[in-house]
Amino acid sequence: MLNDSEQKKDALVEMRHIYKTFGRGTSSEVALFSDFSLSVRHGSFVSIIGSNGSGKTTLLNILCGSIAQDSGNVIIDGKNINSLSEFRRSRYIGRVFQNPAAGTCPQLTVLENLALADNKGKSFGLGKGIHKSRMDFYRSQLELLKMGLENKLNIPVSSLSGGQRQALALLICTMTPLKLLILDEHTAALDPKSSETVMELTDRAVHEKGLTTLMVTHNLKYALRFGDRLLMLHRGKIILDASGTEKSAMEIHDLTSRFDKISLEDGA
Amino acid sequence: MDVFLGLLGNVLQEGFTYAIMALGVYVTYSVLNFPDLSVDGTFPLGACVTGALILAGVNPWIACLVSFICGAAAGCVTGLIHVKLHITDLLSGILVMTALTSINLAVTNGSSMLAYYSKPTIFTSGHAKLLQGAAKNWSAVVIALICCIIVKLLLDMYFKTKSGLLLRAAGSNPQYVVSLGKNPGAMKIIGLMIGNGCTALSGSVLSQQSGSANIWSGTGMMVMALASVIIGVSLFGRFKLIHATFAVILGTIIYKACLVIAMQLGLPTNYLKMLMAVLFTIALVVNNIAPSAERRKKADAK
Repeated sequence: MLNDSEQKKDALVEMRHIYKTFGRGTSSEVALFSDFSLSVRHGSFVSIIGSNGSGKTTLLNILCGSIAQDSGNVIIDGKNINSLSEFRRSRYIGRVFQNPAAGTCPQLTVLENLALADNKGKSFGLGKGIHKSRMDFYRSQLELLKMGLENKLNIPVSSLSGGQRQALALLICTMTPLKLLILDEHTAALDPKSSETVMELTDRAVHEKGLTTLMVTHNLKYALRFGDRLLMLHRGKIILDASGTEKSAMEIHDLTSRFDKISLEDGA
Repeated sequence: MDVFLGLLGNVLQEGFTYAIMALGVYVTYSVLNFPDLSVDGTFPLGACVTGALILAGVNPWIACLVSFICGAAAGCVTGLIHVKLHITDLLSGILVMTALTSINLAVTNGSSMLAYYSKPTIFTSGHAKLLQGAAKNWSAVVIALICCIIVKLLLDMYFKTKSGLLLRAAGSNPQYVVSLGKNPGAMKIIGLMIGNGCTALSGSVLSQQSGSANIWSGTGMMVMALASVIIGVSLFGRFKLIHATFAVILGTIIYKACLVIAMQLGLPTNYLKMLMAVLFTIALVVNNIAPSAERRKKADAK
């Protein structure tokens, strides 16, 4: 068993004493997080489940900087990132959204999207945008997706299917070095087959690159099958935190019964 | 025949000149998705700066360059108001357009018109003199064409750079720019600087054609430029071989030709602005109908 300070040294993501209230001062005031803390170790793959309004997406938004917490600290790799804006955090946090349109530029071609992603972390000056010498690398990366995208380099992304776009978004997100990968219900808008494919691609990318990953999902099957730790959120609190053998022993009905209990408590 | 050629020359000369502005508005409106109203102020800004500089004896080509820089500075202000102060795109443009009226008056020293008929301009000095021997009547058209082509080629080159790609991404999906670790607001400001720089340059060239600068010459410029962009892109955008920037130039010439034809058919000059608005409305409506007709065709084919 690690003691507290060792655990902290090993943590990549730390959220300490986070408070967040929505609609403060109005009749619809909701205190979502009060004294919320979470610590995620280097290299771990955490699945997060929870009913609507439980705070899953808000948790990700606070991490990525799309919304600010009222108080508390967000620490990544030992560095407090409270004051960093969303685009600065993006340099080491990658995020794949539920909407396949969010992770790519629809009007730009597959090639242009990849060329932009390839240049992440460098300056975007007046140098040539697309380097022919990188074409083979792009093709080989697209081949790994097994979606035939390697033959569609010059097609605008808007004419790809949702599954293809999401696979491309995942590739774009993980192409450059990352500290933390955030998956925000990234298979929810896809049909069962594409969502299975994207999930497998995700798992492979995470393992190959040893990425620390937070995945929010409504799919309990995926939450159990993938990742080494499972969190269940309810009203801004972690009500279940299972990892290792405890997690692998869990089954879907364990989770559904937990959900049923919550909705009974809520009187639903 | 001479009347026809005269009109054609007029259409082309003004068409190429206004096309410089339309190219700028193409950057803000089509690429960046930003309806920028400050062009109504930056167009006369270019004219007034040029007038003041030429009257002070500055080389007319330098005057063009300074006009571009002044326009870019105004565009930068529009961008800063929008990005830093979180004021909506339309209002930011209106604010800058209004403020520019005062700036333009300051540049012209309070008069609403600067005349410099006898001073050298890009149409009467330097290389222009060489042209006058061979094709005297067409020299103005050729110089306007050269200005327009230079701007077009520079824009085409810019869109192929990393910064140009990122600018297109910022218009297409700002979240994507965020995920690349870049600030989409900064790209908006760059786009607005390019757009308004081109507009001021267009105002500068037009002013040198007439040898005068009018501080009220900006009214309706946004409408004219947008109509040209929409006509060009909707008529020629579907042809793969025609570059969007070239389509915009063609659109401007068609739009200008429509105006001239209407005047020739006897429309009083007072109704010009009204006609500009009507043509713009038609362009917008046709542009809305055309894609849905295409979609129907596609659905039928399936």
